[in-house]
Amino acid sequence: MRAARSDLPLSLDDVSLIVGATTILDRVNLTIGPGAPTLILGPNGSGKTSLLRLCMGLASPSRGAVSWGGRTDGGPESRAILFQKPVMLRRSAAANVAYGLAQAGCPRGLRARRTEELLDRVGLLALALRPARRLSGGEQQRLALARALARQPEILLLDEPTASLDPAATRFVEEIVRAAAHSGTKIVMASHDLGQVRRLAGEVVFLVRGRVVEHASASDFLDRPSTPQAAAFVRGDLVL
Amino acid sequence: MSETVSAWQLIASGDATLFAIVRLSLAVSLTAVAIAMVVGLPLGAILALTRFPGRSAVVVILNGFMGLPPVVVGLTVYLLLSRSGPLGELGLLFTPTAMVIAQALLVLPIIAALTRQTVEDLWHEYREELTAMGVGPTGQVATLLWDSRFSLVTALLAGFGRAAAEVGTVMIVGGNIDGFTRTMTTAIALETSKGNLPLAMGLGLILIVLILLINATAWGVRAWSEQRAG
Ligand SMILES: Nc1ncnc2c1ncn2[C@@H]1O[C@H](COP(=O)(O)OP(=O)(O)OP(=O)(O)O)[C@@H](O)[C@H]1O
Ligand SMILES: [Mg+2]
Repeated sequence: MRAARSDLPLSLDDVSLIVGATTILDRVNLTIGPGAPTLILGPNGSGKTSLLRLCMGLASPSRGAVSWGGRTDGGPESRAILFQKPVMLRRSAAANVAYGLAQAGCPRGLRARRTEELLDRVGLLALALRPARRLSGGEQQRLALARALARQPEILLLDEPTASLDPAATRFVEEIVRAAAHSGTKIVMASHDLGQVRRLAGEVVFLVRGRVVEHASASDFLDRPSTPQAAAFVRGDLVL
Repeated sequence: MSETVSAWQLIASGDATLFAIVRLSLAVSLTAVAIAMVVGLPLGAILALTRFPGRSAVVVILNGFMGLPPVVVGLTVYLLLSRSGPLGELGLLFTPTAMVIAQALLVLPIIAALTRQTVEDLWHEYREELTAMGVGPTGQVATLLWDSRFSLVTALLAGFGRAAAEVGTVMIVGGNIDGFTRTMTTAIALETSKGNLPLAMGLGLILIVLILLINATAWGVRAWSEQRAG
């Protein structure tokens, strides 16, 4: 269940992530507060996944510090992440959601009903008893979303949740994300889809080769990009 | 092959001696596997999840111990339980309990090593997801054991097959006492040397059928679980 203390603002203070000789993130300063969804934008390999892992507390920065509501030791109680390639437990779809509920401290007696609600919300109720690993890629993505929502997170990190979805399923997932945002969940979502920025974003963090090149409101980013790289990205040109 | 015919007759007639031996063998091996399971599953899982100096050596030794010679295990337990040994006062030597202890030690490395391998493979896959869900160490072990339960059944059956078929440890620590510690394998050895081939062959047939049944079960569990759990 939601921790009493808030995990917001989520703050990265001069954060670098270096693995071997590779600098994956380079002196990132970023504060993410409550409000409309934050979209992390950037080309392949720009560091979106790495940034989200740091925000979740799954990796520690090589330099600088990540803090949640001013604390640097935050456990994952009030956060949830939907990975780019979610891992399905070797159990049924319903059991995967129930597992998330149990981990979040949902009382045993409520789990069956909540599982049903969550599966219904992502459109998978009919497949509740199917082994999760037998679901299609898009279905697995939605099941993982249900499992993340089961935690009732204060911050929901999403790593390209619609990359493998068809247009209808994309709209469907965006609708779920929008609803979660409306009910007060802070959405931080990696994407490289400009349409998605128009439809969902409150603000944009634009990454290129591990650096935050632009951090602006969605409308400013789309209409008045202040860097040539962002302008090129918005025009649909290659960003190098 | 008149011996084969009389062997079948012995089985068909429900020969009391023969079935008492079968019953004791099963009781000893099943108890040994149960004990090895209770220790080996958590041990293997913990070894899979922890990192400490010398861990590689422990893993290599454990894997090596899967092939421990039964006679050496028997000898070790014999020395421990013999009247002058450190546990001699318990008076366990040449009892079914001694055989259970020896077989449990023989089977433990098999179960622990196979569990370690299975759980570690699954852990690589689950690690990030479980960490992100805030699952603690106990929960991790429980989740990984549960989600690899079908592979682990195979490990248990492998352990049982090894225990049921071995002769070295039970001969040494059990003493092959008629009606008390005589198992299928020790009886076969003895009856063969005495020339009582029908009883030896009857027991041999039962033993082979048992081993086949175990392997058929292992096969079935695997096929069924691949169907069910994906
Ligand atoms: N553990 C690692 N060791 C070395 N390099 C890594 C490691 N993890 C990531 N990288 C590198 O860091 C860079 C950023 O990776 P990351 O996965 O964060 O990018 P991304 O923006 O999520 O890309 P995509 O859009 O393809 O998902 C890539 O060049 C990647 O190869
Ligand atoms: Mg990525």
